[in-house]
Amino acid sequence: MARLSNLCDFVPSDRDLPSMADNNILYKIKKAGLIGRGGACFPVWKKWTAVKNAIDERPENDRKSCVICNASEGEPDVKKDFYILKNHPEKVIAGMLLALAYLGAKRGYLYINANYYRILRAKLEKAADGTPVEILVKPSGAGYIGGEETSILNAIEGKRIEPRLKPPFPFKAGLFGLPTLLNNVETFYNVALVEEGSYRPDRFVTIIEQSPKPTFKAFARLRKITKREVFLFPEDWTMEKILKKSGRLPSYKFFVQLGGGASGMVLNSSQLKNPLAGSGSITIYNLENHDPMELIRQWIGFFYGESCGKCVPCREGTFRVKEQLEKNDVNWPLVKELLNNLAETSFCGLGCSAPIAITSYFKNVFPLISDKNNVLASSQSKTVCECFS
Amino acid sequence: MFFVELSLGMLKKITITINGKKIQCSPDETIFKVAKNNDIEIPGLCGHPDFPPKANCRVCVVEIKGYNKLVTSCSEKATDGMVISTISERVKKARNLNLELIFAEHIEKCPTCAINFSCRLLYYAEKYKIEVRRFGERKTERKTYKFANAVEIDGSQCIDCRNCVDACSMLQKINYLEIKGKGINQEITPSKDLEVDCIYCGQCALHCPVNSAAEQSEWQEVEKLLQNPGDKKLVAMFAPSIRVSIGEEFGLPYGKVVTGQLAAALRKLGFNYVFDVIFGADITTVVEASELVTKLKAAKQITGDQSAIGNRQSAISHLPMITSCCPGWVKYAEFYHPELLPNLTSARSPHVHLAGAIKTYWAEKSGIDPKNIITVSIMPCTAKKFEAIRKELAVNGARPVDHVLTTREFAFLLKRNKISLGKLKPENSDNPARAGKSDPNSGAIQPNGAGSIYGASGGVMESALRTAAALICKGDKICDNRIDFKEARGMEGVKEADVTIGGHKLRIAVVNGIGHISPIIKKLADYDYIEVMACPGGCIGGGGQPIPTTPEIRRLRAEALYKIDKNAPLRKAHENKGVMEILKWLKTKGKLESQVLHTKYIKRG
Repeated sequence: MARLSNLCDFVPSDRDLPSMADNNILYKIKKAGLIGRGGACFPVWKKWTAVKNAIDERPENDRKSCVICNASEGEPDVKKDFYILKNHPEKVIAGMLLALAYLGAKRGYLYINANYYRILRAKLEKAADGTPVEILVKPSGAGYIGGEETSILNAIEGKRIEPRLKPPFPFKAGLFGLPTLLNNVETFYNVALVEEGSYRPDRFVTIIEQSPKPTFKAFARLRKITKREVFLFPEDWTMEKILKKSGRLPSYKFFVQLGGGASGMVLNSSQLKNPLAGSGSITIYNLENHDPMELIRQWIGFFYGESCGKCVPCREGTFRVKEQLEKNDVNWPLVKELLNNLAETSFCGLGCSAPIAITSYFKNVFPLISDKNNVLASSQSKTVCECFS
Repeated sequence: MFFVELSLGMLKKITITINGKKIQCSPDETIFKVAKNNDIEIPGLCGHPDFPPKANCRVCVVEIKGYNKLVTSCSEKATDGMVISTISERVKKARNLNLELIFAEHIEKCPTCAINFSCRLLYYAEKYKIEVRRFGERKTERKTYKFANAVEIDGSQCIDCRNCVDACSMLQKINYLEIKGKGINQEITPSKDLEVDCIYCGQCALHCPVNSAAEQSEWQEVEKLLQNPGDKKLVAMFAPSIRVSIGEEFGLPYGKVVTGQLAAALRKLGFNYVFDVIFGADITTVVEASELVTKLKAAKQITGDQSAIGNRQSAISHLPMITSCCPGWVKYAEFYHPELLPNLTSARSPHVHLAGAIKTYWAEKSGIDPKNIITVSIMPCTAKKFEAIRKELAVNGARPVDHVLTTREFAFLLKRNKISLGKLKPENSDNPARAGKSDPNSGAIQPNGAGSIYGASGGVMESALRTAAALICKGDKICDNRIDFKEARGMEGVKEADVTIGGHKLRIAVVNGIGHISPIIKKLADYDYIEVMACPGGCIGGGGQPIPTTPEIRRLRAEALYKIDKNAPLRKAHENKGVMEILKWLKTKGKLESQVLHTKYIKRG
């Protein structure tokens, strides 16, 4: 838990600040303390500087570079990029233009989720009209991995959509080998606000309430979302405060998943004293009225279906976990071992994050279910608790 | 001053610790490589020195102090002060689990698997105590794709390492193999693009760690013949490059020359006669060099009139002349560049020449009905299997070469029959120009240096130049004073030079690996004579050679061949009396001469 809260606590020290002589927008970004909103919380100025330096290292007559806005938003439940694109498309484009100008890049790409494009096409095309920003629709079948930054490069280059080995990092050799700046929709939106002078350290948070009432055995589809809404809150608010202020703090016993319905960490209701890290979403589940097996099968099923197939622990591991969880007599130690192996040895972030939901669920939530010995046979329930404690 | 600093910078060493041992290395090396150089074994399946690291098998993971996750040693560079463990519990657990997951992808077909005795999976299973059946087999329904009669990919054995795809696209630039599907549905499939076709080079097989990509095996049929020959005479013919590679299969050092033991092993296996394809290579050289000189004359290149250079590409002469003893290259030309087919020498390839001579001249002298001769070629090559079934090669209506075994298949046959090649007493090969009983102890012919270097890239060119010079100089020793054409040697992708033979300048190019062909095809008019070998390094790096084959191993094998050449009593093909005798005999046989010596090519695009 300590790690989680530390993820986004980067505060630039004065020593790190570029002088006023430096490019103005970079100075402003740094001063504002902008961090990337793609989930990794990387300081924006650092990324921009890295790209800039990589460009400067190139021969004087070949200082090309690219800017890509990642609007693929493949994580289930997180719809904040959609919200931003729907309501502030011109700001996102403006942020991209600032990046293009800063880097001296000729072209920017808005790489967008196909569903978003279908719905927002007119607005986005209007916002991008007359700018060097081109809208590229994420190829069908690109899936979750199609939003991973090096997979995006492969997708745009028409290659097989899967992650690349790093180094080289995209900032150095990204799209077609050129220094490439990749930022999230919310990041570019924030850059535009910084330039306007209207930026405040807020963040968008999607709050999703999973159907609160289904009983254990009698429901058709678990992930029936009853409510979903996007809020804008100060980024230092604790999760508890966010739930209270949004009026979404449940009256029933609940637990949450943060940063997306697939890879997000699962916490119980007493673990919400820290600010929200990672992608901006909180999914609320009913503690006493959910089917644990159904839920974890759904989680692993998602990663099994989205695995690109490149590396062994993810391709084979997600399949074998899924296989185990479909059995009546699950070999929990094996499941734990496979999940652990995913975190330890996967090629990319998709594989590494595949076990987060399940392991944190069993650690933080499952022991609190009063009815847990009815959900799983009591011997199984005991093994599970031991395995994941 | 600047240069001093630069060289000091390049020499700068760093110190890392692996398993408690302090090691000096240079900062541009991967952990995997540093470990290997220091005899610390790290297992791995998807890496190969011919390719950049892919890091997808995740078997080479190591633990680095201060790192959250395990890292793949094949891709992680060493940095100063790094503290690494390759044996910690954490490493062991992850590595074993990944190997167990890989095992469940690979349906074991060990008893009939040609790399059974050198299988890395089995080696790791034993070394690391892998539970090979921990997970159920999941590829029982996978297809086998066959490419002509040469190569196949058995999906039920594939571990998705993708080395075959790298070999086909990155190394050979053929792009015939593709990755289809995602997740566990991923599968290696042949391209459906009609503009792309397999050239049967077998580099996919050579780079496959688990024999999923492999030659289409013929050892079963050969074994049957050996066990029950009936009234057939079984004749083995072994390629020049085999003698410097097959030793590896029996634990001998890279580049160890085992010509005599090879002959002994073949006899022990049950072959009635054993012939060295170097003899066939000498036939090829004489035929090819004569054709080259004829073409050059037709183009007025060697009449002393250098002003006639513009005529070089005349329709009659079809210059540049291009070698054709590599069947992978021939298939490439037939499919991708049929316009070049008139430029290919009409000379057959060495084992086809030899087999033709055996089934005509030698059969007649020995009083054996050619119908009762079964010829089996031991080749470094998978494409030779396809070459052997070409109808246009028929001699008196029958195939000259009846079976082709790769080096790997042959080594497997020996091991199956408990014949340890390294322990055998060397024997001589039989002389194709001499009739009679096989005699391991006398009647030996020393392999000609010219034929031995056929196994390395540039060797065919060099041999042909030696003989072409003699043909041009017509016995004038001062004119014909050169043996070595080192310009043609070496491991570079393309070798270009102007060489002078018999006082005439010849512009030559050697393409070392089909992946380097494109730039040469774009400027054909710049050359008079071109050698093309589809496999990197030539036959010593052929698709049928022992696994592993790496740049370093190719270099050592080639070096050994050039050493044979250097020390050979004869180094020019036309000085091989037996060859000249057979060629003279063929001249009196009307149409048969052309049937044994020449071939034609078929547009396949």
